Amino acid sequence: MSKPVIATTSLAGCFGCHMSILDIDERILQLIELVEFNKSPVDDIKTFTKPVDIGIIEGGCCNSENVEVLRSFRKNCKILISLGECAIMGGLPAMRNGIPVEECIEEAYVNGPTVQLNKERILPNDDELPMLLDRVYPCHEIVKIDYFLPGCPPRADLIWEALVALITGNPLKLPYEVVKFD
Amino acid sequence: MSELIKFRIDGTECMAESGTYIVEAARQNGIYIPTLCNMPGVKPKGACRICTVRINGRMMTSCTTPVTQGMEIESNSETINELRKSIVELLFVSGNHFCPACEKSGNCELQALGYYYQMMVPRFPYDFPQKGVDASSPYLIKDQNRCIMCKRCIKAVRDDQGRPLFAFRNRGNHLEVVLDEELGKQMTPELAEAAMAACPVGSILVKEKGFAQPIGKRKFDNKPIGSDVAV
Repeated sequence: MSKPVIATTSLAGCFGCHMSILDIDERILQLIELVEFNKSPVDDIKTFTKPVDIGIIEGGCCNSENVEVLRSFRKNCKILISLGECAIMGGLPAMRNGIPVEECIEEAYVNGPTVQLNKERILPNDDELPMLLDRVYPCHEIVKIDYFLPGCPPRADLIWEALVALITGNPLKLPYEVVKFD
Repeated sequence: MSELIKFRIDGTECMAESGTYIVEAARQNGIYIPTLCNMPGVKPKGACRICTVRINGRMMTSCTTPVTQGMEIESNSETINELRKSIVELLFVSGNHFCPACEKSGNCELQALGYYYQMMVPRFPYDFPQKGVDASSPYLIKDQNRCIMCKRCIKAVRDDQGRPLFAFRNRGNHLEVVLDEELGKQMTPELAEAAMAACPVGSILVKEKGFAQPIGKRKFDNKPIGSDVAV
C-alpha cells in the first residue's frame, strides 16, 4: 500500500501553525516514513499533482484567493483539518469583523499613525490583488471541514497524535495539556 | 438548617446540611458541578445555566436549588454534559473571544470549561458582534467583547454603603455591563483587582498589568477546572 499523501497551506494565518508542525522535532523523520507530502510550503510544491488523503489548513479566509485555495483543497483532499484558531474561528485577523472593509483599508493605507508616504491617498487597486472579503470567515463556513485542532499554535504533540491516529486508525489520545486555545 | 440529610448524585450517596445549594453540597462531597455565574459569598442567581442538573425528570440550576432529603440528582451524564457543552459553545460564539490575544487566557473560567468539555469547535456559527472597549477608568478596562453578562462584578464589587459599582445598561441584544458613571468614580486599585478576580472571563482587566504569569504556570494550564473539588 502506498503512503498516505498530505498537503498543507497557510491562508490568513501567520505560519505559526506550520512552525508548530516542524516543532514535532525529530519525529519529522518518522513522519516522512509514514506519509508523503504533496502541495505544501514544507516541500514547496505549488500545485496538486495527485489526489491527497489529508489536507491541513492553517488560517481563515480573509480574501478571494484564500477562498479559491480552500476550495481547491476541498476538491483534492479526502479529509480536511482546520489547524489552529485562525482556521477554526478567524483568529486575530477576524478582529476586523464588524468594522467596514473601507475603514480598515483607509486605516492601513491613509489614516494610520505609521502611514507617512502615501500623500496621494492611493489605495491598493491592482487587478492582480485578491479582493478582501467583507469579513474574515472560519474555514468551516466556506467548505466542509472534517476535523479541528485548536491552539495558537496547536501544540506539536496534538498535531503529531492527531496525524498518527488518523493514519494508523488508532484511537486518538488527548491529554489535557495538549488541547489549548492559546 | 443544621439537620444532616442524605441525597444521591449520579447514584453516589452524599450528605449535607439541609438547605445547602446542590453545587455547594456536591462540592462538600467531592463532586464537581461546573459553574460560571456563581461565586462563593454571593447570592446565586442561576443565570448561566451551566450548572444544570436533572432532578425528578426536570432540568434545574443546581446553584439555586437546595438539596432535600432523598433527592436523586443526575449531573455527570451524557445528556447533561452535552447540554452544558452547548452552553459553553453558545457563549463562545455570541461574544468575541479571541483567546490568543486575551490577557486572561489560561486563567479564564469560560476557556477552562471549553477545555473541560474538549470543545474543538463550536457547533454554532460565530456571531462576531460589534462591541466596544471602555478604558476611561484610571484603574481598569471593561472589554464588552468578552463580557458574558454573568453579573458577578455587579454582585461582588460594592462601595462601603453596599452599592454596586457596576451596572446593567440597555436591554435585550444591547444589554451590557458597565462601570456606573457616578458610583464608578469610587473605583480604587484594590476594588479594580477584586473586580478582575470576580470576572470569570477577560472582560475586566486591571490597567498596566497583563500576561503576568508565563504560559505553563497559569491556573488552568495543567489542571482542569474543578480538579480542586473532584476526589
